[in-house]
Amino acid sequence: MLHVDRMTLVTELEVKPEVAAAAARILTLNNVEVVYDHVILVLKGVSLDVARGGIVALLGANGAGKSTTLKAISNLLHAERGEVTKGSIVFDGEEVKARAPNELVRSGCIQVMEGRHCFEHLTVEENLLTGAYTRRDGAAGIRRDLDLVYSYFPRLNERRNALAGYTSGGEQQMCALGRALMSRPKMILLDEPSMGLAPQIVEEIFEIVHRLNEKEGVSFLLAEQNANMALKYARYGYILENGRIVMDGEAKALRENEDVKEFYLGIAEGKRKSFRNAKHYKRRKRWLA
Amino acid sequence: MLYREVGQYKTTYEADHAIFPLLQDRIGIAVILAIAFLFVPFTASDFVVNSMLIPILIFALAAIGLNLLTGYAGLISLGTGGFMGVGAYGCYKLATAFPQVNILVPILLSGFFSAAVGVVFGLPSLRIKGFYLAVATLASQFFLSWCFVRVPWLVNYNVSGAIEVPTRTFFGIPITGPNATATTRYLVVLAVVVAMTWLASNLVHGRIGRMWMAVRDMDIAAELIGIRLYRTKLLAFAVSSFYAGVAGAMLVFLWLGASEADSFDINASFLVLFMVIIGGLGSLLGSYLGSVLILGLPIVLRTLPGSLGVPLNSATVEHLQFMIVGALIILFLIVEPNGLARLWQIGKQKLRVWPFPY
Repeated sequence: MLHVDRMTLVTELEVKPEVAAAAARILTLNNVEVVYDHVILVLKGVSLDVARGGIVALLGANGAGKSTTLKAISNLLHAERGEVTKGSIVFDGEEVKARAPNELVRSGCIQVMEGRHCFEHLTVEENLLTGAYTRRDGAAGIRRDLDLVYSYFPRLNERRNALAGYTSGGEQQMCALGRALMSRPKMILLDEPSMGLAPQIVEEIFEIVHRLNEKEGVSFLLAEQNANMALKYARYGYILENGRIVMDGEAKALRENEDVKEFYLGIAEGKRKSFRNAKHYKRRKRWLA
Repeated sequence: MLYREVGQYKTTYEADHAIFPLLQDRIGIAVILAIAFLFVPFTASDFVVNSMLIPILIFALAAIGLNLLTGYAGLISLGTGGFMGVGAYGCYKLATAFPQVNILVPILLSGFFSAAVGVVFGLPSLRIKGFYLAVATLASQFFLSWCFVRVPWLVNYNVSGAIEVPTRTFFGIPITGPNATATTRYLVVLAVVVAMTWLASNLVHGRIGRMWMAVRDMDIAAELIGIRLYRTKLLAFAVSSFYAGVAGAMLVFLWLGASEADSFDINASFLVLFMVIIGGLGSLLGSYLGSVLILGLPIVLRTLPGSLGVPLNSATVEHLQFMIVGALIILFLIVEPNGLARLWQIGKQKLRVWPFPY
């Protein structure tokens, strides 16, 4: 994927390969270290790339550091007494560290947090409009994007005047995603979109993510527990364990990797494991543990 | 370098859950207690004891009381001043009705009066939360202040309308009233405050403390696991008001010596609330630190120019003191929004892993 991008850029623009490679990536994390509360080391040197127009999955167990990685990218860590102590995070050619979260939103990097966090006393439509807060291109453009969001999420159109607090979990997740879309982002950091949702709704949301990526050219970094679903839609994947990237590769390759199958997809030696044997199940190995 | 846990093995859960699991902490607290009980009474001047140590200890006790309610049970209260007043007036009534009883008994019993009043005014907390509860407790503050002024029975129909503390002795030594020396009063206050801190520490580290913290963190979840909300909240109000009441009684009997109703007005409530917030919500140590910062620092600042020989007139010193204390409070809260106790905790963590950053 990355390789193809680089080739086309080189032939079109005739620039140096490394410059072209940097331009092909919308987000680059290099050896990022995060410390909470001045004493707790959470990320121990995470490096990852997101290609422009790509969908990248970030997988890992609870507490592996997925959400922390996303918050570090959005510069939200200070709210939780954390800070990036080492490494660099470059979004769209600019270092993230020096920029406030609101500036990041303005420059096109927005996060949809785990647990949705809709404004419950606002209606669905008002929620969506708050997403356009950083826009400076006038009411007509916002109106157009509102219709666009409604075309992607017809369910939101039906519930546009309902208070967000009274909508279902799936609708709230759609509302949160639609709200992020209203800022006209280049990239969305999506934290656990499948949390607490019925499988059908999860499928629906991932399908919409896929279409947004294809049609609107939005890049996605997807932190997920649901490895199966995430690897189905992502093109590239990283696996986090204990604050370190332990494996990365094309989504297809990861899906077929024996270890990933066993640890994240619940399939071993080519067949599904039955619950009867689940209690005997032992991790064969830990990467870099 | 000295603050290391290397070699201190725990072989029982009790040892592991101890309040001071490190030997260094235990030595430290023993040294502080020894200094407070054995060294200070013989060396500190009357001025330091009377205008710094006694009020700091008494307000630290009131702050512990409010911290149990606000910091541990998550119920905000602006009625502390009123509850302290109930303790003071209750103690006065008891001490004059039973003059032969040892004065420590009414001081401690007066806590029960304010506990009862606290429970009554805590009833709204069953329905109201957050800012609205603060306003409801504010009503108690105004009502109690009004009572102290308008009900002459509380001061035994005294014409001046003020409490005048009678002299009472403890094994022949006067500990209240005009004849008591600062040092004896200091020792009595210290003993009561240390004993009640020990009690509070046991409360918050035990079953009751866990119930309070569960209610604070998520009252619905607490209810789901079977905690009875109304009992837990009212117990928090009762214990908190008990502490405030004892602090109020000591404030009048062991420090001021005479008191009018405005010792227990809304300002007293705010003072204690600020101590709790600056010291650290949910920390007993924080109650002390907050009290030291708010009561001790101004006095140090006020006496500093004089003792250094800097010629400043007293009005200038007072203005400077207000400005510096205000700036320091803001500075401390910027450096550590969760209060001084948190600062201390992070410092200890850093010491443990020193020279590594984490």
